Amino acid sequence: MALSKLDNLYRQVILDHSSHPHHHGQLQDGETVDLNNPTCGDVIKLSLKLDGGTITDIAFDGSGCSISTASASMMTDTVIGKKSEEALELADIFSEMVQGKTDDRQEKLGDGALLSGVAKFPQRIKCATLAWNALKKALENSNGSSEVANLSGHCEI
Amino acid sequence: MTIEIEKIRSDFQILDQIVNDEPLVYLDSAATTQKPQQVLDVIRAYYEHDNANVHRGVHTLAERATADYEASRDKVRAFINASSRKEVLFTRGTTTALNWVAKFAEQILQPEDEIVISIMEHHSNIIPWQQAAAKTGAILKFVYLKDGELDMADLRTKVTNRTKFVSITHVSNVLGVINPVKEIAQIAHEHGAIMVVDGAQSTPHMSVDVQDLNCDFFAFSGHKMAGPTGIGVLYGKEALLNQMNPIEFGGEMIDFVYEQSATWKELPWKFEAGTPNIAGSIGLGAAVDYLIEIGIDNIHQHEQDLLNYVMPKLREIEGLTIYGPEDNHRRGGVIAFNLDGLHPHDVATALDMEGVAVRAGHHCAQPLIDYLDLPATARASFYIYNTFADCDKLVEAIKLTKAFFGV
Repeated sequence: MALSKLDNLYRQVILDHSSHPHHHGQLQDGETVDLNNPTCGDVIKLSLKLDGGTITDIAFDGSGCSISTASASMMTDTVIGKKSEEALELADIFSEMVQGKTDDRQEKLGDGALLSGVAKFPQRIKCATLAWNALKKALENSNGSSEVANLSGHCEI
Repeated sequence: MTIEIEKIRSDFQILDQIVNDEPLVYLDSAATTQKPQQVLDVIRAYYEHDNANVHRGVHTLAERATADYEASRDKVRAFINASSRKEVLFTRGTTTALNWVAKFAEQILQPEDEIVISIMEHHSNIIPWQQAAAKTGAILKFVYLKDGELDMADLRTKVTNRTKFVSITHVSNVLGVINPVKEIAQIAHEHGAIMVVDGAQSTPHMSVDVQDLNCDFFAFSGHKMAGPTGIGVLYGKEALLNQMNPIEFGGEMIDFVYEQSATWKELPWKFEAGTPNIAGSIGLGAAVDYLIEIGIDNIHQHEQDLLNYVMPKLREIEGLTIYGPEDNHRRGGVIAFNLDGLHPHDVATALDMEGVAVRAGHHCAQPLIDYLDLPATARASFYIYNTFADCDKLVEAIKLTKAFFGV
């Protein structure tokens, strides 16, 4: 059946993350910055807390498709407790993975590695990278200092 | 079938292909339409035999190119029943055309003047007005919806003696609803306002008579009516176009040019600076010919037939919500919908796996989508080459999608 082609993209773990996302919500103390790209119809608000360059808390909110929601959930699991430099490196590893490159370092992505199937659905790559791009911007904005940075992004299909 | 559907489909080679191991079912004509071989042949023949720059040349090819280009303008004039060819301006598309009208608004709006548009407008009929309001101190007001249609009672309160422009879409690219623009033009004129109509989703699908509508401006795109991309039309009443400053300046639109000043050419060329999209306009003329041969009323009826066939089947699907009017007579062949529990992106990807091409997102109508309190919608849209079998495939693919995701 034609929809069986979707099995690789919409694996059970991904659907679980999408319907019960981890770290869902907003952090109490923080400012929200809105990044709007209206092409697509996903909105993600990302908030995080840094302490001495380590991500001590992270949360995301908004409404999005299964891929963007699952990816955000997986991303927050992976980066919490990590130093911002390592989180940025993980963002690059993820980005290369969803564009089709295989690499052992993808294991570090945890459940995020299961989104490698997105490479076969080029129109959805930006759904998968949305949360990681928001993370990069949040980290770049806060420059590793003890700030709370909040960012929203829209998926750009 | 109202039209010779098999013959028509055979004119569109592009439909005869496999995507993701399934035959293509193209349901995204509201985004752009496919082009029949007849239109492609005319464009090709132009480049192979008649290509030259228009209006200035003395040689034979230039005369042929100019004749072809201006003949297209005459075809468009007749197609929309403009009273004069001076009122038919070629543009890049509907967006450009609406931007030009808003620029004219900037010329004449005073602070506290009002512009009235609707919440269902495409961004091309919102942002230029926001800009005009910001630059002139005019106020931008919105008419809202009732039961999936324009709230005419609301419109009557919003259009006042301070209103200078009313700009409304003829057919919504999301809700599919056909707006009573003739009646709205009357209301606008009663209050001394200029009436602008976005005809992008109407002109390809139903008969348009700008004199009967009595609108002051009317805009549409070639690529949404079986013509090429990069070409569209702004119709404007001659008196207004005479008042309006050109938007772009350069060659072709001038009469005398001195060091420090220049004078403009007469209408319509006053608004056509630079070498135009000659092949595009000739392609648009060919598209007009193609649609007239099928019969524009037949095209409208065909889409009504498809709606009457597919809507009951869609409305039977549990968890499917369709936006816009319930009555098919009130809509064109555009169906925006959502499946409970599934984001439109996921719906669109699943349908794509079944060969069914639909759109998902905001459809360049964020204010409308926000007003409907939705993240986004999926959208299927029909044109002359769609069949009852395409409708069946859409319904089947939606059901399979529901089953796959367990929603």
